[in-house]
Amino acid sequence: MTQGDPQIGKSIPRPNARRLLQGKGRFVADKVLPRMLHAAFVRSPYAHARILHIDLAAARALPGVVAVYDGPAIAAQVVPFVGILTHMTGMKSPPQPALACGVTHWQGEPVVMIVAQSRALAEDAAGLVEVDYDPLPPVCDMATALAPDAPLVHPDLGTNLCWERRIDVGAVDDAFAQATHVVERQFVIGRHTGVTLEPRVCIYDYDGSEERLTLHYSGQVPHMMQAVLAKHLGLPESHVRVIAEDVGGSFGIKIHTYGDEIATAVAAKLLRRPVQFAADRYESFLSDIHARDHRVWARAAIDEAGSLTALEIDDLTGIGPYSVYPRSSAIEGNQVLNLTGAPYRIPAYRGQLRVVFQTKVPTCQYRGVGHPIAVAVMEGLMDDLAAVSGRDPAVLRSINLIADDAYPVKSPQGMLFADLSHQACLTRLKALMDYDGLRAEQAALREKGVHRGIGLVSMVEITNPSPAFYGVGGAPIAAQDGATARLDASGEVHIANSVTEQGQGTETVLAQIAAQVLGLDPARITVTTGDTATVPSGGGTWASRGAGIGGEAMLRAAQALKQQITGIAAAILQCDPETLDLANGAVVDAQGQARITLQALAQMVYYRGNELPPGLATELVATRHFRVEGMPFVFSNGAMASYVEVDAETGIVRLLGHWVVEDVGTILNQQLVDEQIRGGVVQGIGGALFEECHYSEEGQLQNATLADYLVPMAGEMPDIQIAHVVTPTRTSALGAKGAGEAGTTGAPGAVMNAVNDALRPLGGQISQMPMTPERILRALGIIEGPLHDEA
Amino acid sequence: MKITLTLNDELISAEVEPRQSLVDFLRALGLTGTRSGCEHGVCGACSVRVAGQVVRGCLMLAVQADGEVVETIEGLTATAEIADLQDAFHRRNALQCGFCTAGMLLTAQDLLLAQAAPTRADIRAHLSGNYCRCTGYQAIVDAVAEVAQARAAR
Amino acid sequence: MRERMKPTAFDYQRAGSVAEAVAIYHHAEDARYLAGGQSLIAALNFRLDAPGLLIDISRIASLRGIERLGDTIRIGAMTRHVEVMHDPLVATHLPLLRDAVASVAHPAIRNRGTIGGSIALSDPASEMPACALALSAKFHVEGPDGGKTVPADDFFLGVYETALTPGEILTAIEIPIPGPGCQHGFAELARRNGDYAMTGLAMMRGPDPRIVWFAMSDRPVRALAAERALQAGAEVSAVLALATDGIDVLGDLNASAQMKRHYARVLLGRVLQAEVAR
Repeated sequence: MTQGDPQIGKSIPRPNARRLLQGKGRFVADKVLPRMLHAAFVRSPYAHARILHIDLAAARALPGVVAVYDGPAIAAQVVPFVGILTHMTGMKSPPQPALACGVTHWQGEPVVMIVAQSRALAEDAAGLVEVDYDPLPPVCDMATALAPDAPLVHPDLGTNLCWERRIDVGAVDDAFAQATHVVERQFVIGRHTGVTLEPRVCIYDYDGSEERLTLHYSGQVPHMMQAVLAKHLGLPESHVRVIAEDVGGSFGIKIHTYGDEIATAVAAKLLRRPVQFAADRYESFLSDIHARDHRVWARAAIDEAGSLTALEIDDLTGIGPYSVYPRSSAIEGNQVLNLTGAPYRIPAYRGQLRVVFQTKVPTCQYRGVGHPIAVAVMEGLMDDLAAVSGRDPAVLRSINLIADDAYPVKSPQGMLFADLSHQACLTRLKALMDYDGLRAEQAALREKGVHRGIGLVSMVEITNPSPAFYGVGGAPIAAQDGATARLDASGEVHIANSVTEQGQGTETVLAQIAAQVLGLDPARITVTTGDTATVPSGGGTWASRGAGIGGEAMLRAAQALKQQITGIAAAILQCDPETLDLANGAVVDAQGQARITLQALAQMVYYRGNELPPGLATELVATRHFRVEGMPFVFSNGAMASYVEVDAETGIVRLLGHWVVEDVGTILNQQLVDEQIRGGVVQGIGGALFEECHYSEEGQLQNATLADYLVPMAGEMPDIQIAHVVTPTRTSALGAKGAGEAGTTGAPGAVMNAVNDALRPLGGQISQMPMTPERILRALGIIEGPLHDEA
Repeated sequence: MKITLTLNDELISAEVEPRQSLVDFLRALGLTGTRSGCEHGVCGACSVRVAGQVVRGCLMLAVQADGEVVETIEGLTATAEIADLQDAFHRRNALQCGFCTAGMLLTAQDLLLAQAAPTRADIRAHLSGNYCRCTGYQAIVDAVAEVAQARAAR
Repeated sequence: MRERMKPTAFDYQRAGSVAEAVAIYHHAEDARYLAGGQSLIAALNFRLDAPGLLIDISRIASLRGIERLGDTIRIGAMTRHVEVMHDPLVATHLPLLRDAVASVAHPAIRNRGTIGGSIALSDPASEMPACALALSAKFHVEGPDGGKTVPADDFFLGVYETALTPGEILTAIEIPIPGPGCQHGFAELARRNGDYAMTGLAMMRGPDPRIVWFAMSDRPVRALAAERALQAGAEVSAVLALATDGIDVLGDLNASAQMKRHYARVLLGRVLQAEVAR
């Protein structure tokens, strides 16, 4: 690396956050384009219905309405999209129309689009649209979706099964037969959704004179969107520009292809005027992707020494009526299959996954993507095994966690682990939280009838994926990223990168990397991300890859620029470039003396080339790309604990504390990493205690408002203490792994284990999330009712 | 309908439709620092100050602001009234995407003007009507607590 | 159907007096009174309601103010929740209100929402109607046919349904100052700070105890059987057993009817126990 003032690893505040504090954000809805129009949608009120007739006359006649489109009108302009990944053998999904054509498949599916002078007028017109529906049987219960007499979501498909997969490694049945202890449980994870504070919003601007489409985008993956728009609207990619500036939260919600957004693009193209679509909160609940709708039956076995001998899971997940394009809706279940048990040595494993269609809002990748479920399941079983074998839960884990010096290790599911630190994280966690002290406190309070619980989890997280993740399956999703570093004529540095910023601090971390290499103050570096016209082509933000992959590309680009600078400086100073370094905005010699400022060098290069030695290469701009090689992904790992108090009379859970020890490899900016973890933990707590999309038997979403869908608010959340173990990944020079999803991955399992730890003396156990007060009281036998339910 | 109001220290007049919300009105004037997150008064992103009190801009009509004194994040920034809060938020990374931030700042200032020494629980309770998805709230509570202490010390 | 979030178009007029408001309403087609707007504007945003005219009554002076009139406290209907929260007369004489109003939503809502609006709307899960019932309030109403006074016991008729007929305005809430032997109790269980209650209790103890549930039924409802048992000096366990006796309990998304009945026993037990501790 370099000798400059160390910037990597410093917790500097984010230079680009200042303007957000002053109300100077540049979110999509803040942009006003000339002659911009606004879209609103008529959405299906039924889970499943045939569209018999649509009457648009009254809507079209309303003053201020510019255009009204139905499904076929949009379909004529769009190449259909199908959310299949070819490497997931056997996956089925029909092509998804942007607006429903002939049949609607979920309550909330867009049916008609109105484009008008204002959103209010568009909504007025939407109220005048008449649609005759013929309701069809809904498919709302994943448990019965595969029954032979179940109504089919897509009759032409002949099945409600989107995908299935089975893994069977080792002598699983023998292991269970011979085990000392076997535990089994049925887990139900409630469907929930991202609830980004800024709803989905886009402005499509089509310039008919040059046939160029510009998307002002709130999302994580501008290049993917560029490819998708080009392909499905029949435009050359070079004529599609996607610009992401400020994004008000995404968490995976905004990386998918939405019919209403594609329809908005079509409208802009047909009308040759900018069209904005901003989802309101109600339609967000009915159209943003949902996630995590799973029923997992699982069992695990240990021998007399407490070592795991076998693990078996059966995961049934209900997605929407389509596998979402282009990432597919089977990845979440696939990750449950692949990652349950990941921290442990398990000789025999059987896993089955079935992904079934439902007439509910489509589901797809949302922060954590399957990990939270895998962790909750395994860690729940571990606590059960600890209880039945009379062991402390931390002791049972330390018996079974893969040893820190055992790597590389391959799991029965074929996951390749390297550079992990499960044992060290658990040891550190116990110290951080004063595990023994809390156990003593718990015991003392139990005597007084106060029910506190401690829940532990150990976990891995997929980060820094390689092209084996999506590209191999035919999706236009890059797993490599690029960075450009440039010294301008005034001696200032500009960097551009294909990873993107949604507030996690990507731009700051990239500036820190470049600053360290180039000997500068990070706040002076101008950072560009999110604009396909001006940044290298790459993958953007997903699967916790920004720091690890974008950062590595940045490192290489900055190093290349540094070489250019020192090469030119050496030619000017007539010395060996190896003796030169960069510090404090200047080229310095071996004694640390500044010999020429970057400004002076740049001015000479750009304006006074006559003073340079002939034939000297004078580029002051370098672009480098990076992809992970040798491993499909770079795992990170951590351990987490939750401490709760359960009021056994009301079922209300109080979160007393939360601790995280996370190994993200090289830490680029600890404050930013810790804040990502905190935000992720609270998001995970949402799924554990509060968040659920309540569906009626008819497939109607019952709680599509923020008053009824409960997101975590400040009043109920704990303070979260974080520590780190540092095991750099050897797949890059930086050694940084991803950190964005760790909090969400572990928190639900930790809280569930804590609640169950509190309930154990009372004879109750809960295996369904969210753990509402009513479900907890049912688990305690205080309220009657089924242990698992839909409501 | 014509309305006249004092907006961030400037006396202005405007023609508004009765159904236009205060937050939409402010944003249409280019004061986009105040945001719309739910349009039913739950998320707090639309928080503005009217007659010195924090209110939901989505649950107020622009016509109701006639004759009132309205202040937004831009106004509070211009007068430096919350400069210490903004600085503490910045240093502690009490914001990530920034969408909730104006509402958080206005609501935090509302608390600090009413209570000189709020506990962490008081801070959490007062901010319990402002949704943040990114931070998990702790850094925000830390920042407000720090500012409360600093102001009390002055 | 609830699928839009910009309101339909409507006209807006400000009234300078109650008589003027009533007259405007009378001559309008499909008007609504706009007081605090915290519930009405949300409903308009969802297009749950589409009136032709909003009549803003928020600046009518006679609707404001809290004053003592002999042995009653008179609270103008336009009194904002935040004003109730900090009023010295309320703190001294009606601590039940002061305690309860802290549970109403969040500060920004309390700054605009009014006690009269809450009572006139009569959301079964809201605090103010239950407190008014527990305090034996009387409601002053003005309308096209003149004025009337309605005791709280006769005012709440169902979900969003009160004794107010179209055009009538609730102008003031009059509450008899509870006697020296009267203790108040207030408790609610909610999922999160400021949420609508899953079950809530507003109670006044004294010679004529009132045990009032909110978020229990289709309106705030007195637990008459439990009140009688309490008055008769029964054992706490006997009172608790009657907590929801004779009440039509309605479950919702957050709590089933069975859960609410259980919560009722828990809350009543805790409030009674707290009084014993005092």
